[in-house]
This record gives sequence, C-alpha cells and structure tokens, in this order.
Amino acid sequence: MNNQLRLTFGRAARIGLIGGLVALFLCLVGIVGVFNKRSLIEGIISLGQFSILLSALGVGYIAAKSASDQMQKGVLWPFLAGILSGFLTGAVVAIFVMIGYRINIRTVFITASPVLYDLLTFGRGPAGIWLLPGVGAFLGALSALTYKTPPWIQRPLVRGLTAVILSGLFAGLVRPLLIVWGGWPEALGRFLFGSTGVTPAGALTTFVVISGIVAVWSARGKAMRERVRQWPPAGQAALRWTFFGLAFILALALPLFSGAFLAQVIVLISINILMGLGLNITLGFAGLLDLGFVAFFAMGAYTVGLLTSYGEYGLAHLSFWAVVPIAIFVAFMIGAFLGLPVLRIRGDYLAIATLGFGEIVRLLAGSDFLGLWLGGPQGVIGIQKPCIGWLGPYLGVGIPRVCNGLELGGPKEIYYLAVISAILVAFVATRLRDSRLGRAWMAIREDEDVAESLGVNLIQTKLLAYMLGASFAGLGGAIFGTLVGSIFASSMQLLVSINVVCLIIVGGMGSIPGVVVGAIALIGLPEAFREFAEYRLLFYGAALIGMMLAKPGGLFPSAIVQRELHVAEEMEEPSDASISVASANLE
Amino acid sequence: MNKKLLTILSLLVMASMILAACAPAATEAPPPPTEVMTEAPVATEVMTEEPVMTEAPTEVVTEEPAAFECTDALGCVDVAPGDPVHVAFWGVLSGADATLGQDSQYGVEIAIDDRGGTLLEHDIQLTTEDGLCTPEGGSTAATKLAVDTTIVALVGSSCSDETVGGIATLTNAGLTTISPSNTRPVLTAPDRGPDYAGYLRTAHSDAFQGKTVAEFAWNVLKVTKAATIHDGSSYAQALQQVFVDNFTALGGEVVAQEAVAKTDTDMHAVLTTVAAAGPELLYYPIFIAAGGYISAQAKEVTGLENTILMGSDGMFSPDFITAGGAATKDMYLSSPDFSLFPAGYNTFVDKYKEKYGTAPLSIFHAHAYDAANIIFAAIEKVAVVDADGTIHIGRQALRDAIYATKDFQGITGSLTCSELGDCGAPVIAVYQIVDSDPTTWNPGVNPLKVYP
Amino acid sequence: MRTTLTERLAELAVAVSLWGFRILVVFVVVAGTILTIRTGKYSGEQWIDFVVFGIARGSIYALIALGYTMVYGILRMINFAHGDVFMAGAFSGYFLTAALSRSGFLDRYPIWTLLGAILIGMGVATGIAIILERVAYRPLRKAPRLVPLISAIGASFFLEYSFRGFFGPGIYAYPPVTILQGEWTLLGIGILRMQVLVAVAAFIMMAILYTIVMRTKIGKAMRAVSENKDVSALMGIDVDRIIVATFMIGAAMAGAAGVLYALMFRQVNFFMGFVPGIKAFTAAVLGGIGNIPGAMLGGITLGIFESIGPALFLDGLGITRPYQLQDAIAFIMLVMVLLFRPSGLLGERLAVKKA
Repeated sequence: MNNQLRLTFGRAARIGLIGGLVALFLCLVGIVGVFNKRSLIEGIISLGQFSILLSALGVGYIAAKSASDQMQKGVLWPFLAGILSGFLTGAVVAIFVMIGYRINIRTVFITASPVLYDLLTFGRGPAGIWLLPGVGAFLGALSALTYKTPPWIQRPLVRGLTAVILSGLFAGLVRPLLIVWGGWPEALGRFLFGSTGVTPAGALTTFVVISGIVAVWSARGKAMRERVRQWPPAGQAALRWTFFGLAFILALALPLFSGAFLAQVIVLISINILMGLGLNITLGFAGLLDLGFVAFFAMGAYTVGLLTSYGEYGLAHLSFWAVVPIAIFVAFMIGAFLGLPVLRIRGDYLAIATLGFGEIVRLLAGSDFLGLWLGGPQGVIGIQKPCIGWLGPYLGVGIPRVCNGLELGGPKEIYYLAVISAILVAFVATRLRDSRLGRAWMAIREDEDVAESLGVNLIQTKLLAYMLGASFAGLGGAIFGTLVGSIFASSMQLLVSINVVCLIIVGGMGSIPGVVVGAIALIGLPEAFREFAEYRLLFYGAALIGMMLAKPGGLFPSAIVQRELHVAEEMEEPSDASISVASANLE
Repeated sequence: MNKKLLTILSLLVMASMILAACAPAATEAPPPPTEVMTEAPVATEVMTEEPVMTEAPTEVVTEEPAAFECTDALGCVDVAPGDPVHVAFWGVLSGADATLGQDSQYGVEIAIDDRGGTLLEHDIQLTTEDGLCTPEGGSTAATKLAVDTTIVALVGSSCSDETVGGIATLTNAGLTTISPSNTRPVLTAPDRGPDYAGYLRTAHSDAFQGKTVAEFAWNVLKVTKAATIHDGSSYAQALQQVFVDNFTALGGEVVAQEAVAKTDTDMHAVLTTVAAAGPELLYYPIFIAAGGYISAQAKEVTGLENTILMGSDGMFSPDFITAGGAATKDMYLSSPDFSLFPAGYNTFVDKYKEKYGTAPLSIFHAHAYDAANIIFAAIEKVAVVDADGTIHIGRQALRDAIYATKDFQGITGSLTCSELGDCGAPVIAVYQIVDSDPTTWNPGVNPLKVYP
Repeated sequence: MRTTLTERLAELAVAVSLWGFRILVVFVVVAGTILTIRTGKYSGEQWIDFVVFGIARGSIYALIALGYTMVYGILRMINFAHGDVFMAGAFSGYFLTAALSRSGFLDRYPIWTLLGAILIGMGVATGIAIILERVAYRPLRKAPRLVPLISAIGASFFLEYSFRGFFGPGIYAYPPVTILQGEWTLLGIGILRMQVLVAVAAFIMMAILYTIVMRTKIGKAMRAVSENKDVSALMGIDVDRIIVATFMIGAAMAGAAGVLYALMFRQVNFFMGFVPGIKAFTAAVLGGIGNIPGAMLGGITLGIFESIGPALFLDGLGITRPYQLQDAIAFIMLVMVLLFRPSGLLGERLAVKKA
C-alpha cells in the first residue's frame, strides 16, 4: 500500500511538473499574450488566461485518472493527486514569474514582458505570485472531482463547457453571419456573442442548453437509437436519405446565408480535397509517396492562367470551361512525364525525388528565364472568371471579356463549381478504388514483388496512379487560378505539397471520406483562426504529432488500412517490405 | 413521429424562443434602427417596414418623413447611434515581412488616437486582417472583410501581391482602400483595369524610386557601369527593371542583371559572376536578410572591393545594419525623403515610440497615418448626419471624395490624389550609412541624406 | 515471365524517358560548358574562386548531412526536424556569443568563446533531440513508415514556430569575431579564414563520427540495430538506449554545425534550418545514405556544383539569371543520382539489407 501510494504521488508530481512546463511554454512562446487579446467570456475570462487554467485542469484530470487506475477505489487519493499536480503546475509558473520580476529575461525571450506577469498574477503584481499554486491546486482538485463524478453528471458538464469554449472561439466567425440577417438571428447573435467572445449571458445559455440536451440524450439516446434500429429497413433507408437530402439542400443553400468568407474557405477546402483525392490515389492506393504534388497543381493553375488571362501573358483568351479539360490533360501528361523516370525509385527516395521535382517546377515558374512567358515574379494576372452563358469578344490587354449570362465572379458562385467538382472527383475516386485497377494499386502498395508475380503490370499501373492523381490536382489548380484571379510562383510552395500529404495521413490513408475530414481539419480550421496566424503552423505541427500519437491510422481510416494496422500490431512488426528503400536491382 | 424526438425539438424551439425574448433586454440598447443597407431599394423597403418590425421608434420615423434615402450607386453604410464607425486594416501581420504591416497598422492606430478615437461623435472601430503577403492571403483577407457590411473603408494592403489578389473583391463590394506601402508601378498604371476603381495609395510608385536612384548613380556618383541583383520578389524585380531602364536611358551601361532566391545565404558565387562583369555600382533593391548577406559577402569577393553598393527602401531599417554588419558602412539606400516630411512627422514618431515602446519598425507608418486621415476627412465630407446621430455614408460618394483629395496636409507632405489613385508625394531621397552601429540609426544623421 | 505488348510499350517508354533525361542533362552540361568557356567571361582565378566557395558551402552541407545520414542509416527514418535542431544550435550559440561580446569577454578570449558557443549549441541541440525522440518518435517506432515521417514534419514546424514565438521574427546576427576575419593565402589562392575553419571542422567531425560508428562498442551496437532491431535486442543490446544515443550524436553534430554556419553567415532566424536541412539530405543521398564519408563527399560535391553550375552550365546557354536555378541544379543532381546510382557515390554502408 505504502509503495503504491508513493508511486501514485510520484506520478502525480511528475504530471504536475510536465503540466507546469507546458504552461510555461505557452507563456514564453507568446500564445498566452496573444490569446489574451481575445476574450472567451467577455469581461470574465480571456482566452489567454483560459489557456493557462486549462493546463492545470488537464493536469488534475490526468493525475486523477492515473491515480484511480493505480488505486482502483475511492475518491480521496485521486482527489489528493489532482491537488498535488495542480499545485505543482501553478508552482512552476509561480517560480517563473518570481524570476521574471527579479531578472529581465526579456532580452532573450521577447514575450516575457511585465504585461505577461501581470496577467499571470491576476493583476496583483508580485503579491499575486502566491495565488498561483493555490489556484492551480484548486483547479486540479476541481477536475479530479469531475473525473470521479458519475457520467450522467460529468458528461453534460464537460460537453456544456466545451460548447461554451467552442462558441467563444468561433464567436468572431459566427456573429457577423447572424447579424447580417437582421431580425431574430441578429438579436440572437448579439445576445450570444460580443465582438471579441461570448457574452456572459450567452455563455450561460449555451451551457444550459447544451448540457440539457446532452443530459437528455445520454439518458434517452440509447433507447431512441434502439427504436430506430427496430424500424423496417425501408424506414431506416428513408431516414438516411432524408439526412442526405437535408445535407444536400443545406450544402446547396450554404453560400446564400454563410456569406462570401465561409464560401471562400469552403472553396479552399474543396481545392485541397481535389488535391488530396489525387494524392490519395498515388499515395493512399498505390503507396507512392509524392512530396512534390504542388507541381501538378501548378500545371493546372498556369494552364488556366495562360489560356484564359486577359492580362499581359494571356495566350488564347479562351473560356474557363474550354480550358479545364486542357488543364486536366496537361497535368495528366506532366504526371506521365515526371512519373516515368522516377517509377523505379522506391520508398523514401521517391519522396525526396518528387520533392526535388516539385521544387524545380516552382523555381522554373518563378525564374526570369521562363518569366517572359509565365510572368516570373510578377505572375499571371487577369484570369477570366467562369461564365455560364457566352463570352463577348476579346478586346485587349487588361479588359475582361464580357459575360452574357451568369458569371461565377466571387467565392459564393465558385463555391458551386468547387464543391461539385470535389463531389464528382470523389465519386470517380470511389469507382477507381473498387475497380480492377484500384485492386492492382493496393496490391502494389502491399508488396510490389508479389503484385508483379501475380501479373500486375507495375509500370503501367504505377504510371496510371501517377497520372490520374496528377490530373485531379490539375483540376484543383484550375479552380484555384480562377478563384484568386492571379497566379504567382510563390504560391507553389513546398508547404502546399506537405499539406496535402499531411491531410491524407490525418484523414486516414486510402480513405476518401478521410480526405474530406483531413482537408477540413488542416485547411478549414486554420482559416477560421486567422487572427492567430503567427501560431498557425505551431498548432499545425503540434496537431500533426498529436494526431500521429493518438490515431496513427487517421481520423477516418479506411477499412482495409485499419485491418492492416491491427495486423501489424499483432505481429509486432512493421511491414518490413515498406521500410526497404530503393534497391540495387534498379539498373 | 418519435415522442422523444418531439420532446427534444420542442425543447429546442422553446429555448430559441426564450433566447429571442431575452435579446432586447440583454443588449439594453434601444432597438436598433436598421443597421446596414447595401442597396437602395432594400433600404427604402426596410424603412417602410420598420414601424411594423420594431415598436419603440415609430414616432421618430413618422415625425421625419424625409428620412435619409440612399441613392448612392454602390449603396450606403448607416451607423446607428452608439454604433462605431468601422474601418479596417489589411496587410501582412505574420511571417517574415510582418514588421511592414505591423508598422502601418500602428500608423492607423495613432491616427485614430489623434482624433480621440471618435469620428462624427461615433467611436472608431478598427478591424485588422492578415494578408500574409501573398495573393491568396490577400484574396482571403479581402473576402473576409468584404462580408462585413459595416466596414466603411480600408487602409491596406501592405504587399503589392496582396492587392493583386484581393482588390477585385473589395472594389466589387463597393469598398475603397488606400494602401500605405504598395509600391509596384502597375497598381496605378493607366491600364490597371476597372477592378482597381477602389484602390489608391499614399506610398510612392517605384517608377519614381527607380528613376531617382538611376539619376543619383549617373549624375552624382558618376558611374557608367552598373549591375543589379533581385531576389525573385515582384517588388525587387520590378524596381531593378525601372532602374535599368532609366540608367540605360541616361547613357549608362548595365553590365549584369542577376537574381538570387530569398532564402539564399551564400552569395559568393553570384557575386563572383557579377564581379566578372566589372560594375562600378551594384544595386540590389531587396529585403533585409538577403541584402545583409550580399553586403557582407561582396567585400569578400575579388573584384568587388571598390564597387559601390546600393539598396532601396526594403532595407531601410536598423535591422539591415545588424544583418550586414560593418560592411554596410558607406552603403547607399534610397527611401522616401523624411526631411521633406512636415514638422508633424516628428511629433508622430514621438507618439509612436511612446505607445509601442520601439522606434518605427519600417518606413510606411506615416503613409498609413495619412491614409487613415484621408479616409476620415472624406467620411466627414460625405456623411449625412440625422438628428438622432445616425450617419449615412454613400460608398460611391466616399470613393469619389477620396479620389478628390487635394492638397491634404499630411505628415508625409501635401497630398493630392490622381485619378489613377496615386496620392503620395513621390519624393525619394538617397541616404548613406555612415556608422555601422545599428543603435545610432536616425534617418538624416545615420543614414545621412546625400541626394537630392 | 509473360510480356504483353502494353508491358513492352511501358518498358520502352521508361527507357526512352530515362535516356531522354540523360541526354538532356549531358547536353546542357557539355554545351553550356563549351559555350561559357568560349565567351571567356571568367578568368582562371574566378574559376578557382568558384571552386573554393563551393567547397566552403559544401562543408556546411556536409556538417549537417553527417548527423542526417547517421540517423537515417540506423533508423531508416527521414528526420525532417534535423534542420531545425541545427537552427536551435545556432540560436543558443548566438545568445552566448552576444552576451560575451557585450561583456568584452569575446574580444579577450575569442577561442574560449567560440568553444563555449559550439558546446552550448551542441548541448541545446542534444536536449531537444532527446525530448523529440521521447515524445514524437519513440511511440511510433512500430507504426507504418509514413507515420513517423509525418510526426517529424510536425516536429519541424513545431520547433520552427516555437523559436519564432520565443525570440520573434526579427533579425539576429552574431557579433563579429576578429580572429575569424580576413583571409589566408594558400598556394597563391586567397581563402577566407572562416571557410578554412568550416572545412577543417567538417573533416574533424567526420573523423570523430566515423570512429564512433566503426570503432566503438556503441557504434557496433548502432550498426546492429540498423541491421535488425529484434535480433539486436535478443543479443542483449538496449535498443531504446542505442536509438537515443544515435539521435543525441546526430543532434550534437547538427548543433555544432549550426554554430559554425552562423559564424560564417552571421544571421540567425527561426527558418534558417529548413533549406539547409533539405540540401543536407540531398548531400547525404548523393554520398550514399548511411555512409559517413559519403556525406562529406556528397556535401562537397553538391556545394561545388551549386557554386559553379549556374556560371558554367547555364550562363553559356543564354539562360538569364542562372542563379535563380541554383537549387534546381541541386535537385536535378539528386534525381540523377537516385535514378542512375541509387546507392550514392560511395554506396550505402550502414545498412546493406535490401528489399
């Protein structure tokens, strides 16, 4: 028992110290300071303060969990463990503040300013330092208690609080949407959200409503689901179709009430879904890692740019619709051109070779050498918007062709183009996956040599994966070009390629819904938090690591990959063939 | 249907009803008259419907049958009593070029402070949006701002690329923006196209800067052979080309035009190539980091020991001396002529230092200050103020008023906007760094103004 | 094996494309060189300068590539964050030298200051690598191959933007160190002292690393782990400990390289590790990944080609602004090596096992 106690508290202490370091990191990296400009609940708590408090809460929860795993029964020990870890978290921050008041560490860490210290000491100056461990202990205790409460209290409580936090985070996004409407949506918007966060009354309402719903649902939800399951199959299908129909109508009407910004974000997400679906073929299905995928995107964008632009570098002044097939075809052929030589390279080496190709395309596009045709750093500008109807004649440099009909001029209109393209391509990708070709790809992914011996033509199959993936990305590039209206080589960064790889992995390799989920998570969320742009990639990096630790199979893993991961775990052996890299049998 | 589902639904409905009922009580303001009317017909409709929708101000409306009616071609912004006048700043606020946008944002904030934060007895609200210094970033930022129909006018963007990406959206939304720091010549060129109707700038066009530099090199330095290096950015590439065109027109010879990448650090090879051409002057109008590498390494390359080095406003910062070290001594930099700025500029810099605890981060803070003030002056000119304090601003009228700005006394000089949107006084000076200690940075002393 | 027409066609297409690629590259190199030399634009001294600058640049690549190649050779994992560990080393060295420069210590004891900076750079880099390994890599050792790669990319962003948060995006520059300025004349060629220092340091570090891997007990264990983790564990090797040691040694190399790099180019910023990281990986592949002398050779070859290539190959062909395509030369070299000699210039040494 004694030994067990020591173990429990030792662990709690360690959790507390780590929590303190995390809080310290948040302070020093400047997140606390920047978040402080946004309030979570107006006039009560800022996002910055909340981020510190959250570390104490989290620590308490983890410590309580670990303690009750250790001791099985009782509330006392987890409770004490929570207090201890929360106390230590607070103490670490307190020590930092104490040092900060004595020594000026701002010459090294630029964010360690008196403003930060005041924030941490609740505006009480050096005297407030002693509060920190106390508050930490209190919060640790609180969340330890929450951990031990029965689920029917805990769940509504936690979900309600989460809802409040989320609505605080998204306040800046949702409020203008509601206010534009006037009438009761505006009243609702003004009631729930202030200009920088949730209003206190709004927070209370959100909490009560959400936790109420959760409470009711957790009490009755199971029974309800059970009853739906007992419906006749036709009824269930009808219900499902109703859902689909509703979602479809919602998607159709979305730009009407969401405003242009949300539409633009969704267009960007759709473009990344297109690229993701493309890479999903090369990487997810056929297992060929491509870190230079932006090259194909660039091909699509530049084709559209050069063939439709009414600016200086416009070649043909065609209509967007005529150019899209050309753009897809160009990307398709470039896929073959770049794919052919590197087909025999395997594994990580392929990643590096394609990374090289991607960079070469970017460098060439931005160079003065090709700048005479591609605009170099000045880019291709004046890209004609898509027009449903017929276009007027080309009149000269700088004058767009008149659209007699409906012009897809802004993000609200291009939304339909992008979303429909994404749905179409997703459909094509699904059919491909289930085709003979798709099975051949997966065979190659699993083991090239076995696939070959089973009669799969390696070169042809791989090349098709490459070319089809490239053409999807080309379509994405085409839509991108017409959305922004101008193309610059500086937009074709390596980061774009990395982003696409990451969104596939985050969504789940080889999974088509996973691509959608990944794109929303990696493209949509950062756009929603534009004001924290400084820290966007920091969160992105942390999220990638966290994702890989928590769900290496992705958020939405495909059934096959899931099975495979499971098998790999059982065998305690990563699929060895995939580790091996380019081999000497190349020549 | 299912009974429990019904319960939940009715709960939801009840909750939303309660919310709706609470709303007026919570805001505690008199029920706001209509907020924003973007189009004339809508505006009139809403006005007539108003007595039905809201109960309180019926008398007011009936008493003033000649209430404001928006006839503006682009619609109007209406600011109800108690609501702020909403302006926005868009520009680069993160990434490597963040100081450029930050500096301009500070300029706008000081302009607001100088008015006591109010305009026509309304508070001024400033929204900022990050354009990331890329066209797609500019596009997204512009779209986000264009959605907000309470915004009257904008200051921005920082980088010319952002403007290229976002200007069409803003112009089509009826907004007008004044950029404090875009210098790319094409933005105010005669063939700039209708999308730029809502675009003006208080910054100089690089068409002037490149010309001044060429004249200085030819007339004052008396060099005949020059070389240029750019970093693949649209700013540097365009500016060095203006210099080359002007320098050759004066009779000089450009012996080499090279380029590096923004992320390059080892410039020895490119400098050796430049040295092979034997220039007397090396002009590299790029940014601080790469400029620092070139300055430091030029001295180490055989053949460039005595070549005169020159940069432009992208490197006009004490950080450049830090980056380039001792080698930056005697270098020339072109920039807006601070000595011609009226006395108001010095007071402005004092306020800047006091408020933000730092010397100006970049060179376009004063231009941003002027841009904001031009907007405020134009709003004051065109706004229609009702008896209850509601103000109405016609978007087209505001745009016209900004274009009509004449002899505006700003802190960068006397500003007159041309019909192509150039408001800035294009007075460029050449400075010389006389001390390689960055703490001595003080434009006019170090670097010392040498031309004109 | 049966061959159908399509299969033969596909084979043909691959062969044609490979030969086309080869011919194109050879043409550019040969024609460019002949045309450039015929213009007589550059003097003999300038060609020597190009080579010297190339060796200096290549030594830097080699310094970073040493750690890269070792980690890859043993763990078969692209440690994307290696460049950022390098950046961390440069940053910590900066704060020490700047502080010592302010107090005047730097001018009195420049050698001690430099040693201190390098040591602190190595220390901080090692510390970061240990945390990184523990948090981001170790739990994923059994996961599919792509998972640790993504985690490493995440770690790379995380490190970069953490440093940006800590120290801001501003410009930091190392104080000038007098003893490193100026040049020495060797055989009539003026060489900057700093360049000599970097080249010598790269050589020494290569020797140390080679000795560690080839001659010590821990090196033997590393090679065993590289061959087969499970069997090594059965042989009584503590695999976790060896992997941590590998990361630590690699990171220490990166930290030292960071300080040397920053002494040479002076400026440090949070993004400085990214491009050198990619270049160093290229150098490692060029030399034969996992091969320590190969990394050195690969780095220097890459440096020389980058330095001389734009002037020699591209200038003569009338390609304007050839230095914009400097990185393209590096990447084309990389692709060439991967295509035609995938085991690199010196061949892979650490891991012989192939698919």
